[in-house]
Amino acid sequence: MLRRPFFYVIALVIAAFAGLPLIGNNVELRESLVLACVYITLASNLNLMLGYAGYINFGSIVFFGLGGYICVWLIYAHDWPLAVSLLAAGVGVSALALIFGLGILRLRGAFFALSTIGIVEGVQAFAENFTPWGGSSGIYISPQVFQPLGGPARALWVIYFAFVAVMGASLYLSYAIKTSKFGLGLLAIGQNEDAAAILGVPTPRYKALAYSASAFLPAIAGGLYFFKSAFIQPSDAFDLTLSTEAIVICMLGGQGTVSGVALGAFLYEQLRGYLLTSSTFANFQLTIAGVLLLLIVLFFPSGLMGFIYSRLPIAKKVLE
Amino acid sequence: MSAAPLLELDRVSKRFGGLQAVNNLSFTINEGEILGLIGPNGAGKSTLFNLINGVFAPNTGKITFDGVDITGEKPFIVARHGLARTHQIVQPLTNMTVFENCTVGACFGKDNKPLQRARGAAEAAIALTGLDDRRDMLALHLTIAGKKRLELARALAAEPKLLLLDEVLAGLNPTEVEHMIGVIRKIRESGVTILIIEHLMQAIMSLSDRIVVLNYGEKLAEGLPAEVASDTAVIEAYLGDPKLAAELEGHA
Repeated sequence: MLRRPFFYVIALVIAAFAGLPLIGNNVELRESLVLACVYITLASNLNLMLGYAGYINFGSIVFFGLGGYICVWLIYAHDWPLAVSLLAAGVGVSALALIFGLGILRLRGAFFALSTIGIVEGVQAFAENFTPWGGSSGIYISPQVFQPLGGPARALWVIYFAFVAVMGASLYLSYAIKTSKFGLGLLAIGQNEDAAAILGVPTPRYKALAYSASAFLPAIAGGLYFFKSAFIQPSDAFDLTLSTEAIVICMLGGQGTVSGVALGAFLYEQLRGYLLTSSTFANFQLTIAGVLLLLIVLFFPSGLMGFIYSRLPIAKKVLE
Repeated sequence: MSAAPLLELDRVSKRFGGLQAVNNLSFTINEGEILGLIGPNGAGKSTLFNLINGVFAPNTGKITFDGVDITGEKPFIVARHGLARTHQIVQPLTNMTVFENCTVGACFGKDNKPLQRARGAAEAAIALTGLDDRRDMLALHLTIAGKKRLELARALAAEPKLLLLDEVLAGLNPTEVEHMIGVIRKIRESGVTILIIEHLMQAIMSLSDRIVVLNYGEKLAEGLPAEVASDTAVIEAYLGDPKLAAELEGHA
């Protein structure tokens, strides 16, 4: 992996994310890049299921929200340090995903997609009624929690670098899986699951592992996100809109590619930022995302990367 | 040749609703042999393949492969034991190249090879089946003959002990058939045991060491190609046309 150029492409992206806002202490750019990191993390991990194994997960947001809840709750109720809470959120959500995955991944196509929405609804209902998590009013944490990180201003930078690290880890995870035997098995499942099983791919185990792996980093990102806002409530944590946006991003960038999905996430976040702040489009942001998805599916089924590969075949040698 | 057969079916039955697809069927395959499986359409040949490699579990009976009971095991477990198959209706991994298709077969077949070694096995299978020139082509862009070869290459890449071939010659033109028969012979020479379903009588009669005839899910006859071809029950149930029977007898 170290000898391939793509390894350094990812390193360069991480360096740019980490370095650019530092120039002139650009807080505005930093906050925009936080969202880009979240979108890249969510989309890259969704891509493990959608792009590799060919399973449409409409509920990927549940990993993000549940990770947020576990992390915020551990800090709020048990005074755990941030780093440990984040790790616990990642491991806990991954383990839950493995258990759920072994069950719902027996379903295929539309039935699987529906069951993933069911999981979001179920977990959201749980959070709304679970008193230790504050029910439907959620959990507030006091700004005091930023003290160990050197006060609020410095904490925001620490959190930002943690977001960049999670994003970078997502890209490396996607890349490492894609070039591994595990990834080859997933891609085979995505093409023709029955044929893959007959060729010897242990399909139930691989699908559940992919589902579980795709939960780890989004859960940590969720922990960071809700720690940063010092507040979490069910309707924010389990917002299906973000799940749907992650799917749009994968299609936009080119499902199954690492760089396409990351690029798609970045561009989508920029577009979204523009639409939300523009007076004309502010209320149409999702409508535009919908139209975008329609156009991509109809005219560019292989997304941005497909377009780049067809125009610039040499890109295939460098990018994944 | 080892004393125990490589594959043994012991009174295997499979029923789909009211249809008895395979009924109380027993036979064995010895190591190094080519066993031909023939029978009219709907006789249960493909179902039998699906029972052997685990797509369906039999209702009753026992299947033993290389000394291991594989009855009702999942296809990916059966593949790991060293049993590979091709499909009558081709099942390529469409958006992957010929090489990638074969690498999947090699990776997850017998021995559970790591990626690097699997690539070597994939290259060898591609060379043996004559797909070298289409190595980097997407499976989706292959012709039917190409896809049939890919089925075979992918199964071979797994380096199986037993290969199940489900009508690999169907739909090929005479030149392609001839090439494919050459490839099957080469596979056998490399020490792989083969169970083959085929409708092309001339081909299966000349390829097989022994033949099992199925009809309505039951074994109608078993024996050397010449014996089977002159068996009156087989001629009546399956060949029907005495002229064809005579032709086959002459050939065998």
